[in-house]
Amino acid sequence: MVKRQRKPQKSVIEIFKIYLLEHARVLFASLGRIMKTPFTSLMTVLVLSVTLTLAGGFYLMVKNIQQLSGSLETSNQISVFLKTKVQEREAKTLAATIKGLPEVVSVKLIGKRQAMEEFKAYSGFGDALEALDNNPLPIVLQVLPVAKSMDAAAIKRLMDKLERYPAVDFAQLDMLWVKRLQSISALLQRTVMVLNSLLAVAIIFIMGNTIRLELQNRREEVLIAKLVGATHAFVQRPFIYTGFWLGLFAGVLAWILITLVVFVLSEPVENIASLYQGQFELLFLSLTETLGLLALSALLGVLGAWAVLFYQLRQIRPA
Amino acid sequence: MLTFDHVSKRYPDAGDALQNVSFYLAPGEMAFLTGHSGAGKSTLLKLIAMMEKCSRGHIILAGKNLNRVSERQIPYIRRQLGLIFQDYKLLLDRTVFDNVALPLVVSGYHHHEIGRRVRAALDKVGLLGQEKKYPLALSGGEQQRVGIARAVVNKPRLILADEPTGNLDPELSEEVMHLFEQFQQVGVTVLIASHDIDLISRMNYRVLKLDHGQLVQEG
Repeated sequence: MVKRQRKPQKSVIEIFKIYLLEHARVLFASLGRIMKTPFTSLMTVLVLSVTLTLAGGFYLMVKNIQQLSGSLETSNQISVFLKTKVQEREAKTLAATIKGLPEVVSVKLIGKRQAMEEFKAYSGFGDALEALDNNPLPIVLQVLPVAKSMDAAAIKRLMDKLERYPAVDFAQLDMLWVKRLQSISALLQRTVMVLNSLLAVAIIFIMGNTIRLELQNRREEVLIAKLVGATHAFVQRPFIYTGFWLGLFAGVLAWILITLVVFVLSEPVENIASLYQGQFELLFLSLTETLGLLALSALLGVLGAWAVLFYQLRQIRPA
Repeated sequence: MLTFDHVSKRYPDAGDALQNVSFYLAPGEMAFLTGHSGAGKSTLLKLIAMMEKCSRGHIILAGKNLNRVSERQIPYIRRQLGLIFQDYKLLLDRTVFDNVALPLVVSGYHHHEIGRRVRAALDKVGLLGQEKKYPLALSGGEQQRVGIARAVVNKPRLILADEPTGNLDPELSEEVMHLFEQFQQVGVTVLIASHDIDLISRMNYRVLKLDHGQLVQEG
């Protein structure tokens, strides 16, 4: 028998250190491997990043719409449409009367001409309106009730009161639109949740397929490593890290793509916002959300790799 | 070191590869395993390396019954073995150093220790100074010596060689066999499957002869 040197007992810390070093080695080795096949890797990263961009874009859309309906939520503004025959002077008197009501904070009068200008500018019917002999638009009083948290019944009472003035055609609560917007936004949110879950599954499958091909290319290597005593964990480590890197790179690229999309969309969105006199700013991914995107894409990469390895590695015989 | 106790191996589609094989290898013994092609030599080695499981009987390796080894433990069993193949099974995109280092890397050795041991193993097979070359830059005999260095770098207790000289000319074959003798002389158990009768008969070691899966000669 060989005189086997007794292995010096390694301390736990030392074993852990070697373990970490091994992980670091594989981390960079798999990065090197990705760089060796730039074209294939780039294709995978591109496909993944487009998928991630879609998911991130959906997320941002919902976030912005929520912001929109959120900022409107606090306004209980009532639009009071006067009868068309009512003239500007009469309207001013009525505005002053309404302003005198205890439930009302402010009243803003939108004259026929102003209404027409706005309508022409934004409706797209500018030329058609030129053809009209007289201005068909009524005067509108925008009434802001006192308490922002006024309950629905109180607002209803106020609206009834306003509608009783003879000059008033009807009063409309702008809140109604907010309510509709909110329910649309809730629907949208749920839709996006479902879509994004599907996209996450797609990412896992794309990654799984990439790793499967990589595993096929390196079958011989895996086999030899197993024959000299490699554990499953050892054999699958480089593939898991490949998944990590591809996922991370896809996340970075997706962030850049999302930024571009937001940049392209910001101007038209601001135009729309100005139409509604809204204090609306297109929201972008926060730092936390950006980090979340990167972490999630790396995690999905790892998951995809792991899912495939779990089945495929056990099929490479001998065990 | 190694005991075969009435071992049989049956493949579902190819029938019996081994039938009722029993023998015992003492620690530090060197033996040849011979027989026509298809006699079951490779199968026998595969059973020891746990690349296959036997259908009947028991294989005891260093006091461990291989039937009772779970899949998780297989890597640790293999680390006690040095496997050598006819086709060398080297990684062609890795240097000689990396090829020989693989068993140590796999077992989680520190890189100082890896460097030291790899150089020692390459020195033993006469390839010191060739660490940075790639396998394809070496001759067949040299490639097989890289394979041997890889098999011994982990200081195995048992070396299993499957037709190690199958692709080599007689002169190189003799060299390789002398290498095995040297390992045997320092106490490693060696089992070599070979059908090179001439070479085997010139060396004075025990011969196990298989014929259609049965052990027909032992001694």
